[in-house]
Amino acid sequence: MPKSLSAVLSKRADSRDEVADTSRETTAGRVSAAATSSFSEHLAQSRPDLLPYGMSLSAKNLPAGNLPAVPHATTIVALSFAGGVLMAGDRRATVGSMIASRHIEKVFPADQYSVLGIAGTAGIAIDITRLFQVELEHYEKIEGTLLSLEGKANRLGAMIRANLPMAMQGLAVIPLFAGFDAGRSVGRLFSYDVTGGRYEELEHHSVGSGSVFARGALKKLWRPNMTEDDAVRIAVESLYDASDDDSATGGPDLVRRLWPIVYTVTRTGSRKVSERELGAVVETVVASRALLAREA
Amino acid sequence: MTQQFYVSPEQMMKDRADFARKGIARGRSVVVISCSQGIALVAENPSPSLHKIGEIYDKIAFAAVGKYNEFESLRQAGVRYADVRGYSYDREDVTARGLASVYAQSLGAVFTAEQKPFEVELAVAEVGRNQAEDHLYRLTFDGSIADAYGFVVMGGQAETVAEAVGGSWDASAGFGDTIRRAVAALRLGTLAPAGEQVGAPALNPAGSLEVAVLDRDSETNRGVNRAFRRLSERDVLGLLEERAAR
Repeated sequence: MPKSLSAVLSKRADSRDEVADTSRETTAGRVSAAATSSFSEHLAQSRPDLLPYGMSLSAKNLPAGNLPAVPHATTIVALSFAGGVLMAGDRRATVGSMIASRHIEKVFPADQYSVLGIAGTAGIAIDITRLFQVELEHYEKIEGTLLSLEGKANRLGAMIRANLPMAMQGLAVIPLFAGFDAGRSVGRLFSYDVTGGRYEELEHHSVGSGSVFARGALKKLWRPNMTEDDAVRIAVESLYDASDDDSATGGPDLVRRLWPIVYTVTRTGSRKVSERELGAVVETVVASRALLAREA
Repeated sequence: MTQQFYVSPEQMMKDRADFARKGIARGRSVVVISCSQGIALVAENPSPSLHKIGEIYDKIAFAAVGKYNEFESLRQAGVRYADVRGYSYDREDVTARGLASVYAQSLGAVFTAEQKPFEVELAVAEVGRNQAEDHLYRLTFDGSIADAYGFVVMGGQAETVAEAVGGSWDASAGFGDTIRRAVAALRLGTLAPAGEQVGAPALNPAGSLEVAVLDRDSETNRGVNRAFRRLSERDVLGLLEERAAR
């Protein structure tokens, strides 16, 4: 009898402890669960409708039917050079065989030390870019320190994975990410697939419809330890080659004076290469090709 | 069953206010001051990592005195509010007025509804294109909101420091002069340890200072929209030594 009583008592004590534990867990748990440094997590908790891959729009809720044609962004190239990385994108967006925009910008600064370029469905891609920019700034403000380059690359991967239901509806977004790794003092490149898979690329990489041709050009033109100026020139050349063979990639437009968007990232941060600099580079590239007078 | 005694609402509010005031006065002061180059935020803070001053958005900064855990949760809530607003509308739609009114509402709600009021006082500063467009809001523990002109002094010996800042404030001064004057005023409010004179210079003048600025011309000076910049200990020391050299 006393044994069973003590068992009951100890069980009581246990259950009391449990109650105390759970109440502590709920208060502390609630506070720590709410204390996220991630902007996209905060949105998912409080305003899921604002996410570009919003809950209300997830693939299983989408009504059946064919999606009307929407603009697609095309070729992005990225390459490393001595002391940094460079990313460049052409200016064309297409809807089917039509040109939707000649002015679209597809390379963006993500924060002070990284840039990203996007290919795929332009509308979602631009919103994901905006979300990613706020995500990095938000972390920096909440934590008082910059996210590591790997951390940034992983966050971008998570966003692309979240977009997977939309990708399966044909609304895929494929980014390319580049940044300066302060810890290792090198520029690094990351590519992604629609499942959010993240792959570090060495030397150079490209995404989008013209990427096959751009990559061919980069393979022949890229050399180790190039200067920044050389890097800008071969980025322009590779985009020129992509536009030569891919109808969805826009070449440099000498009539409207539209050049690719080019960003470089070095130890001092990201920099947009100015129109004037690019104009000069484009003119030399076009002139040298005209001089060769080659057909193919 | 314990007997519930009747406490008049006036008495209850007064007790809460006294409680909060005491907590705030125990800390050290913070000065937020507008000048020709922008807005300077200067705090006495022995910790190099537990900040009293923070960035909220492109042109908006936050300064607080009181209990760290309470104002830190308010700062984070402010960053979330501003980022959600800027993301869903546009970056230029985030204003200090909107943020200050949200702060006032949450402070007011906590003051009346919670067991214990927040022992904090906040300042929200927004830098404009010119000095007339600068906004300074001061928020107290009960949710009162005040639009301040020129400068805000909160916490610690706030009255002594405010008098000194008010006496030396010069709207046309740059960051250097403004920060030096703010530091001098803060020193007056520091309670000196026994045997030392009030206002005596500390051994390491920059060590216990936290200084940040909202740069009015961040686009032209630094090429960024984010006006907030935290000054390193070396920058602060450099500014203070400039005075000594004169």
